[in-house]
Amino acid sequence: MNAQRNRHVAPAPRADGGVGTAKAHDSAPLHVTGEAVYVDDIAVPSDTLHAHIALSDVAHGRLTSLDIAAVRAAPGVVDVITAADVPGVNDVSPIAGDDPMLAADTISYNGQALFAVAAETQLQARRAAKHAVVDIDAGSPIVTIDQAMDAGSLLGPPEVMESGDLDDALARTPHRLQGRLYIGGQEHLYLEGQAALAIPGEGRDVTVHASTQHPTEIQHKVAHVLGLASHDVTVEVRRMGGAFGGKESQGNLPACIAALLAVRTRRPVKVVYDRDDDMRVTGKRHDFRIDYDVGFDDHGRITALDVTHAIRCGMSWDLSEPIGDRAMFHADNCYFLEHARITSYRCKTHTASNTAFRGFGGPQGMIGMERIIDHVAYALGRDALAVRRANFYDHRDAPAPKRRTTPYNMAVEDCIIQDLADGVARTSHYAARCEEIAAWNAANPVLKKGIALTPVRFGISFTKTFLNQAGALVHVYNDGSIGLNHGGTEMGQGLFTKVAQVVAEEFQVDADRVKITATTTGKVPNTSATAASSGADLNGMAAANAARKIKTRIAAHLAEQHQAAPEDVRFLPGRIAVGGQEMSFDDAVMSAYMARVPLSATGFYATPKIGWNKQERTGRPFFYFAYGAAVTEAVIDTLTGENRLLRADILHDVGRSLNPAIDRGQIEGGYVQGAGWLTTEELVWDAAGALKTHAPSTYKIPTSADRPPELNIAIYDRGANAEETVYRSKAVGEPPFMLAISAFFAISDAIARAGGGQYPDLQAPATPERVLAALKASGLADAAERFGAGQ
Amino acid sequence: MTSPLSFVLNGRREVPDGAGPTDTLLGYLRAGRTRRLTGTKEGCAEGDCGSCTVLLGARDDDAPHGIRYRLANACILLMPMVHGRAIVTVEALKGPAGELHPCQQSIVDTHGSQCGFCTPGFVMALRALQSGDHGAGPAATATDALAGNLCRCTGYGPLIDAADAVRDAPLPDWDIARQAEERALLDVIAAEGADTIEVAAGDRRALVPQTADAFAAAVTANPDARIVAGATDVGLWVTKQDRDLPTTIYLGHVAAFGETTARDGKLRIGASVTYADIHARLADLWPDLGELIRRIGGPQVRASGTICGNIANGSPIGDMPPALIALGAELILRMGDARRRMPLEDFFLQYGKQDLAAGEFVEAVEIPLETPPGQLACYKISKRFESDISAVLAAVNVTAEGKRITGARIAFGGMAGVPKRARAVERALRGEPFTVATFVGAARHIADDFAPLDDLRGSAGYRLATARNLLIKYGLERTGDTSATRLTGLDAAVA
Repeated sequence: MNAQRNRHVAPAPRADGGVGTAKAHDSAPLHVTGEAVYVDDIAVPSDTLHAHIALSDVAHGRLTSLDIAAVRAAPGVVDVITAADVPGVNDVSPIAGDDPMLAADTISYNGQALFAVAAETQLQARRAAKHAVVDIDAGSPIVTIDQAMDAGSLLGPPEVMESGDLDDALARTPHRLQGRLYIGGQEHLYLEGQAALAIPGEGRDVTVHASTQHPTEIQHKVAHVLGLASHDVTVEVRRMGGAFGGKESQGNLPACIAALLAVRTRRPVKVVYDRDDDMRVTGKRHDFRIDYDVGFDDHGRITALDVTHAIRCGMSWDLSEPIGDRAMFHADNCYFLEHARITSYRCKTHTASNTAFRGFGGPQGMIGMERIIDHVAYALGRDALAVRRANFYDHRDAPAPKRRTTPYNMAVEDCIIQDLADGVARTSHYAARCEEIAAWNAANPVLKKGIALTPVRFGISFTKTFLNQAGALVHVYNDGSIGLNHGGTEMGQGLFTKVAQVVAEEFQVDADRVKITATTTGKVPNTSATAASSGADLNGMAAANAARKIKTRIAAHLAEQHQAAPEDVRFLPGRIAVGGQEMSFDDAVMSAYMARVPLSATGFYATPKIGWNKQERTGRPFFYFAYGAAVTEAVIDTLTGENRLLRADILHDVGRSLNPAIDRGQIEGGYVQGAGWLTTEELVWDAAGALKTHAPSTYKIPTSADRPPELNIAIYDRGANAEETVYRSKAVGEPPFMLAISAFFAISDAIARAGGGQYPDLQAPATPERVLAALKASGLADAAERFGAGQ
Repeated sequence: MTSPLSFVLNGRREVPDGAGPTDTLLGYLRAGRTRRLTGTKEGCAEGDCGSCTVLLGARDDDAPHGIRYRLANACILLMPMVHGRAIVTVEALKGPAGELHPCQQSIVDTHGSQCGFCTPGFVMALRALQSGDHGAGPAATATDALAGNLCRCTGYGPLIDAADAVRDAPLPDWDIARQAEERALLDVIAAEGADTIEVAAGDRRALVPQTADAFAAAVTANPDARIVAGATDVGLWVTKQDRDLPTTIYLGHVAAFGETTARDGKLRIGASVTYADIHARLADLWPDLGELIRRIGGPQVRASGTICGNIANGSPIGDMPPALIALGAELILRMGDARRRMPLEDFFLQYGKQDLAAGEFVEAVEIPLETPPGQLACYKISKRFESDISAVLAAVNVTAEGKRITGARIAFGGMAGVPKRARAVERALRGEPFTVATFVGAARHIADDFAPLDDLRGSAGYRLATARNLLIKYGLERTGDTSATRLTGLDAAVA
């Protein structure tokens, strides 16, 4: 080693792209050139087959016969499989074992997989499937929550969470009111549909390229379906074209179908859902019915709350148990509920099994609570923000806090919602705009404006505690370049970029030196889904752990070489200092390599402090909470119910940001997606259980024009996680979604301000039709009466 | 005489072997073993998400470099339609040394890609915006230019910023050079002078006549053929319904059908005139009609879809027929050399049935120019403002002399099995004083005119209530009420 030369290495101010910098998404240049590869873009061998999954057109019944002879005989067909052809277990469910891959006898929803065809082309497979003769003895389906509740159709017994003495508190409360809110579901509408490519290997091996948030689960399900061990199956995913929870369990079916057909035909098999099939087959955000009975005092402080969730799970459990639980965990949002009972019914219906979607039940639980606050404020004639403030959990710096225990008996120790609500109220000029809106409305009989500020407090950690673990694999190659792999998956959220920044920061090298590689079960095993906003928290820590192991070894080597103490070896930007000398990172690495120091390490992380016992309702489900607050202004047309969002102001807490550009992207994207959920996105089923909104022509997610023309986003500048997370950052994937609850209540406020005199009782999503219905329910006279007289 | 299909793809001439008559361009681009241009994505296969957006260029001597591009959704662009056109995909935008095109760099700079799947489509929309070819109509904003592209990740802010950053940026030299090459190749194809292009596979075939005479001959010889203009509807028959189309005849290559003329107080719009072609002119004549067209589809759909196609397919929820009926439009139908004309409202017989014989086609629609600009109101009610199908479309055109109503042409979409006039309402208005009270009274007759259905876009009750209220709104707007009544468009009282 030439120490003489190394002394002249120019001091770099700071390595490029480390933690806290607004580094661009690592794939951005590939995205904009079309070179980024998604499953359907992978170059495949010329003998690849294309599979089509045939779906039930009936929602409920018994499959009495399935004749596929003509399918087999159709042009181009190479193989056809039914339930009888499954060598292992005919199940693709994530937990409960209740999602048959292919229907055996019971038909549980319109869109259920009946059989699969592999053919030379996609069109041949699709056309061949039409030749099947399917006999289903149809029953009458249960489609809606109301139907399920009336029929007592539940997947399991209701769950109950209680605090204080509700019945006593309700009996003694000064004021009391009841209400009901229906909240529609939401289709993920990831732009890339479900896709899987299975390639048979030698012996029993099979490799699956899947668009999935959960490669380990696909590995398990493929192994179970095929009757293999996990080590026979490798699942790889470089990136997804969006996921939002919709690729946590929903990728199991196409992957297992592709794998079984590939193993049977000894040819690669690709399954890519057509958009309409995708929307019919896959589960969505759970729709909810929330009933409440609330007691409160003259200031709007809640003294007692009985709230009941009825949630549509669909035909099977999928992830509905933890989703229903998370809705209960967020039924308080930011508010202290001394005497409360939260009950949750998990309804079984003959519809697609509802699944994870950004927020995982949290948004539904939270909007229920916000509705209660809004209703209480209206009943008292008080400003809703004042009522919110009166109910907040005590601030983390409050002396002698008394109001910090949640209904699940965890102390909220990090509450900063007051700072965020006050901050955004100030920057948005909330109070002044309330006055301006009143004046504007007085001059405008047709259009009415409204405004609302809503807070967010979202618990971070998988509530199934064992899932809070992650692994990583870091290689330092002897030229100084670094290879990074971890169990997290990239769905657009910038996880790969953030984790690379963490590794770069650890080594003090430019982030571009860290090569991010596709997630694969062959490199990091036993991973949890990239979900629950946990990706950077878990995988960032695991990668840092791996990097630190290598750093320790390099430091020990250099210390020995320079007769210094290992703790005196310092990793500086692009270089390493030891014993009064400096050398480049590359030279240090080469030196370590030559000295036979291992430059590869696995890292691991398990979230500390947490542990939730569901049966006992004890322990701590969440490591920490993420907070945010938003003000939205909206305008409605009282003649048609049409509505627009005019302006939104957001102040959101990301702790100490790992990457402010990526975090801003999550905040803005989350808000707009949440606003879509509560305004234009409406799922419609007919009475027979057929989904009528199964493509973007009929299911309307926001366009660029639906984004509020004025959208001010600020990251909370005093944010720092009270817990020891990776660089004191906070999770950001899901929490901002719930900022959009302010959009719903801005519309509701506009209805209330139209002057009907009754609480608007707006239901979600706030389509023009529902807004017009709410105007009527609020007591507003119809247009003929309002405009007919005296003109 | 028929000739084979030929077009230009990313600056190189293609004579595709084995392309079928109803194959989509998207399938052709992405196909393995040959092209593998997988930057163009399938998101919906129905022209609603824009992930498959490409540029479709045609010779145009008025364009700066001799070629005029429009945006197109490759998923519903059928192969015969690209004959003699230049297709540009996202792969062709980088510079010779691999440098990013400004419309690519701007998205990187604004952090405008997250999952990246929709990104190539946005890049193409930005590229069209950059050269003024977005076709989003007069006074197009960034959101107008992006209305045909869905993104589920970003919330759009960075993409709007990227659009604003590139709209006035010059095109790089390599882009201009590629245009010149494309123009030269298109000239070669044009010089070959084909009369009719034929694309066949087995007994299925598509004909693309290049002249009016060839078109007439093709239709006469194939009276049962499906005539296709922009394929924004027919494309879905292929991709979504796998419908069998034994013979298709395309009218988009006949120059005469693309003409719009004003004569004798009428505006005549030819069979292949697209929304994009006519948007500015109609917006100028009737601002509300311009705003309506702004909200039909996105730029991609409006660049392909035609006014006459929207009429000919007979949909009860097409947006143009009610507006044109309210303006008193007449339809010109042609079979061979024979023509007949009829009021547009008479064309729609019942749901799925039009007054159109086999071998007959809609040659043009004529709109009388007598309606003053502010007299026509178009109200499009849908769950989403941009690119959505109407639950109710109301087109109201009420004439007054002094303070008395002398005439009313009011038509609705979404309220019946066909686009239909509200005759009872019209009768109730005629001769009455021009007051809001008159409209309130007349609006009650909506229930005499219509018995709408419940469907995914709205209930019957909502449709009736909204239709009534829209007539009241028209009354308010026309009687000088100065309060705000619009949520979108140029007259929107709110930003």
